[in-house]
Amino acid sequence: MDIALLLTIFILAFFVGAEIITKIPPTLHTPLMSGTNAISGITLIGALISTKLNSPSLAIVLGVLSIVLATINVVGGFVVTNRMLHMFRKKD
Amino acid sequence: MPSDFAQFFYLIASVLFIIGLKGLTRPRTAPRGNILSAAGMLLAVITALVSETNLNWGYIIFGLASGAVIGLWLAYKTQMASMPQLVALFNGFGGGASLLVATVAILSTQRSEVALLDGGVFSYIAAAVSIIIGTITFFGSMLAFAKLQGISRQPLNFKGLQIVKGLFFGCMLLCAVVMVTFPGKLIWLIALIALSALFGIMLVAPIGGANMPVVIAVLNSYSGLAAGATGFVLDNTMLIIAGSLVGASGMLLTRVMCKAMNRSLTHVLLGKPMAKMTGLHQEEVYAGKIKSTSAEEVAMVLESTRRVVIVPGFGMAVSQAQFAVRDLTQLLERRNIEVLFGIHPVAGRMPGHMNVLLAEADISYDKLKDMDSINPIFDQTDVSLVIGANDVVNPDARQNPDSPIAGMPILNVDRSKTVVVIKRSLSPGFAGIPNTLFVADNTLMLFDDGKAAINAIIAALKS
Repeated sequence: MDIALLLTIFILAFFVGAEIITKIPPTLHTPLMSGTNAISGITLIGALISTKLNSPSLAIVLGVLSIVLATINVVGGFVVTNRMLHMFRKKD
Repeated sequence: MPSDFAQFFYLIASVLFIIGLKGLTRPRTAPRGNILSAAGMLLAVITALVSETNLNWGYIIFGLASGAVIGLWLAYKTQMASMPQLVALFNGFGGGASLLVATVAILSTQRSEVALLDGGVFSYIAAAVSIIIGTITFFGSMLAFAKLQGISRQPLNFKGLQIVKGLFFGCMLLCAVVMVTFPGKLIWLIALIALSALFGIMLVAPIGGANMPVVIAVLNSYSGLAAGATGFVLDNTMLIIAGSLVGASGMLLTRVMCKAMNRSLTHVLLGKPMAKMTGLHQEEVYAGKIKSTSAEEVAMVLESTRRVVIVPGFGMAVSQAQFAVRDLTQLLERRNIEVLFGIHPVAGRMPGHMNVLLAEADISYDKLKDMDSINPIFDQTDVSLVIGANDVVNPDARQNPDSPIAGMPILNVDRSKTVVVIKRSLSPGFAGIPNTLFVADNTLMLFDDGKAAINAIIAALKS
């Protein structure tokens, strides 16, 4: 792995994340948290890739479990954020 | 490293995440922002499924389907008041998944034909980092969930906890070094997970109710960092970018929360108790100076006002009073009384907790004012109605330099003409100190459950 390249990407993405978030109004703090939380479920990609393995069996069990956990995180996170944001629609 | 083809679609997914997050910064664009992020996730998942070879589709379909069912069930059935618990749970699952993927990657170097990591020293360091952060996130979040759910109530703290934690941290690092040096010995992997689990529990154990917003924000950040570290293990830029974005946003939110409590992040994380209070004892402060009132009297006061500011706290969430508050707001507005809401950044148990509850009750977000915009208005406010909030309205923070909360930014409700505090009892808030607001000349105390009190005021106003 090209550690220098990966670190560059990591650090630049960190600054991008920090730049976007500074201007968030307190009203949206909870949906922001649950929305970013859903994004952290990106580890699902890694979980899916782990099904390449056909041994040892412990790795397979843990791999499937990681798919389940990450999917709960992703699906639940985006849906609940959506549910919350719809309540924030402007009421006239 | 993913193929060029995959890399290209991962790039599009990353851009969707960034645009989506940007959308989340304004109420009007937020729903679209969330959908863009979700689309980014879908694209990333499809890219992985299409570009990777030899995946086991049976396991994948089983995992995705059962995860989606559980996720949807949790997302739809959870009440808004329980949102802090749900966010804690989801944070934990994200961290747990990262921990498992890193563990599987290490196992894959043992007896499998395909290895998920390249076997270089950096990949093992990344795996160790991913396991440490992922495990802390999982166990810390589970304990935070238990605390928020009321399963585990008492914050655990004892003299020497800092030293024990320091020792554990040292052992954890040592264990990680050994694991990286001798990757063939799984015992060190197990030891590292066990130590990190205990460390995560010790990190959250001493933290009590009102510090919860900080903890949730920290765990949110960690769940992102764990995913990012897993990206280093698998050599996958998608995980690194998305994880880093979440890590950064969680860090910033944590900083906002700490500032609002006037505490440093290290103090909250180390579970340091607040400075010991000096001189003020509850009995001395409150003795004979509390003016108790009735719903009828509050209704009479409210009738002749022009502007009311409602200050909600965790008490409103506990008694589910937001719908009664909405009814009261509408009743007052019909009588041409302006109603605003003053919301402290750490009111409730997670960042933005009060806003979500009030939005659930259909109260428009432009009535919800943050601390900086509501504080200048209290001077021209007839009645401030405090519902189940305590330390965040304690004028001691401003007036008494010896107070443990001295310097903490508060809502200056004491500057309004009349203050009505709805509270079940005189029990202290998280700082464990008496509140001098309760004995101020312009303060009336209405001792009742939040919802019952508001409904009684509504009834009195109507009659």
